[in-house]
Amino acid sequence: MTFTRGMATNTQAKRKEKAASAAIAVLLWTYAAIVIAPLLLIVFNSMRPSREIFKDPIALPSAINFDSYIKAWNEANFSDYFVNSVTITTASVVLATSVSVLAAYALGRYTFRGSGFLSVFFLSGLLLPFRLAILPLFILLDNLGLVDTRTGLILVYAATGVPFSVFILSAFFRQLPDELNEAARIDGAGEFTIFGRVMLPLVRPGLATVAVFQFVPLWNDFFFPLVLLRSTDKWTLPVGMTRFFGEFQTDWSTLFAGIIITTLPLVILFLVATKQIIAGLTAGIGKM
Amino acid sequence: MAPRLLAGRNVRSTPSSGVGRTAPPWTILAVFIAPAFLLYTVFLVWPLVQALFFSFFEWKGTARGAFVGFDNFGVLINRFPLNEQLPNAFWHNWIFFFGTMAIQVALGLLFAVLLQRKRRGKQFFRTTFVLPFMISALVVGYIWGLILNPTFGPFNAMLKSIGLENLARPWLGDPATAFPVVILVNVWYWLGFPMLLFAAGLAAIPEDYAEAARVDGASSWQVFKHVTFPLLTPVFGTVAILTFIRSFNVFGLVWALAGVDGGPAGATDVLGLLFYRTAFQGGVDAFGVASALAVVMFITIFGVSMIARWWFGRIEEGLA
Repeated sequence: MTFTRGMATNTQAKRKEKAASAAIAVLLWTYAAIVIAPLLLIVFNSMRPSREIFKDPIALPSAINFDSYIKAWNEANFSDYFVNSVTITTASVVLATSVSVLAAYALGRYTFRGSGFLSVFFLSGLLLPFRLAILPLFILLDNLGLVDTRTGLILVYAATGVPFSVFILSAFFRQLPDELNEAARIDGAGEFTIFGRVMLPLVRPGLATVAVFQFVPLWNDFFFPLVLLRSTDKWTLPVGMTRFFGEFQTDWSTLFAGIIITTLPLVILFLVATKQIIAGLTAGIGKM
Repeated sequence: MAPRLLAGRNVRSTPSSGVGRTAPPWTILAVFIAPAFLLYTVFLVWPLVQALFFSFFEWKGTARGAFVGFDNFGVLINRFPLNEQLPNAFWHNWIFFFGTMAIQVALGLLFAVLLQRKRRGKQFFRTTFVLPFMISALVVGYIWGLILNPTFGPFNAMLKSIGLENLARPWLGDPATAFPVVILVNVWYWLGFPMLLFAAGLAAIPEDYAEAARVDGASSWQVFKHVTFPLLTPVFGTVAILTFIRSFNVFGLVWALAGVDGGPAGATDVLGLLFYRTAFQGGVDAFGVASALAVVMFITIFGVSMIARWWFGRIEEGLA
């Protein structure tokens, strides 16, 4: 830290440093507790019967008991919502990533007439408030017969994923060395072979970041399915939540279980793919 | 460093022009670009442009009528209760932004700085602080709605158990506390994100700068104030712009905490909810009026973020 100026100041500085690091630890642990306590409370209460929760909302479960999960899954339609969320989110991510990686290759590797405009056009999507397009979008999907279909929602979701994916993936393609194209061309490879055989395997980390990172907002989205899906059997978890909270408002145990069912997949994804998600969140601001 | 996304000068690097970088014929380029271009244009950009067009027409349900100029905007300003709800919601979004921003920047930067030096437990704290950001806004709202429930909520029970019973209140039912509580819940939800951005910004500052200042006899605080802080300007810009956009898009969180009307008595109403109500719970001319509202919101969100982007770019140039 500082230069030592004699023994006395040295021990004093050490004591000061010790006190400072203790204060830092207290601060960090306090905030960690503020984050974790509500989440733990949900986990514990999801395993307690509602009447016990009402008697004493803060207590450990007396036994491990998953009745409320079974109830939420079977009686509150979470089985449907869950399958819909998985299908819609996965399909959207696959579609968005596939079309974006193609565009990102062309934009990241080559300069041509209009390439600058196209890059800005895709990039601008990161700042545009797309929810405001909901009414024209509704009419468009209605004309295509896609209102109240999973396909309609998947198309919209995939479109929202394009700007970020093109942005990240073209940065990955740009970094690959020129010699790769040259060597492949000399060997007589066409553009699609170069892309598929040479380039695509090299941007796999980019694909992982893009796919994982898109999953989060789509899984969590509430607005588009609220407007675009009518039949409850097509609903995703967040929209299903609104009905669930109306119907089960006096059954807190089941409510807590429903919250866990909705949230757990993303918590697991985050813990497994922390690196990709953090890379996605901090894209464009140096390195972690 | 990758090209900067939001604030500051764009340092986009164009591909170098080697033999391997000669562009293929446009037909091949089109095959690569068309799918993403069409998907993005047809389902997002074009509908967004159409929203402007919609706002100048009379609507009966989903049927478009005659061109009416700025009439729909007039309805927005003059028709009760929109004339009262619109300024109310608009004001709330600004408070939401400034409130979130103030707490987020202070705590986010503090935690980022503290964690940068820390070796043990860094990963744990970082993961923990970001965790709420992974949860759906709607679910975060429902979670805190249950915790703050006036009758059975664990929060008031906790206050009671530590002898602060007289502080217990219906946090979300009282117009005086409802909106501040919404903002605090939002901070709980978002805080990890600005913290990560600040951490990334701190990590990108070369260690030599601080070292040089220290050799010249600067204290830790002086180093932070005169070296680190100015170098974080682009990160402040990005945090401010992203917080602004998210604040004006807030929807699910308030829906879950306070209902579609932003209760009690409009104390937590925001533009996102007002737009939803106008579009889907309004009268027969709802599409026109809601489109006009969409245009107003678009100009606010996009206009302010562009101005902020330009402004932070200028500050950064002044520092360089």
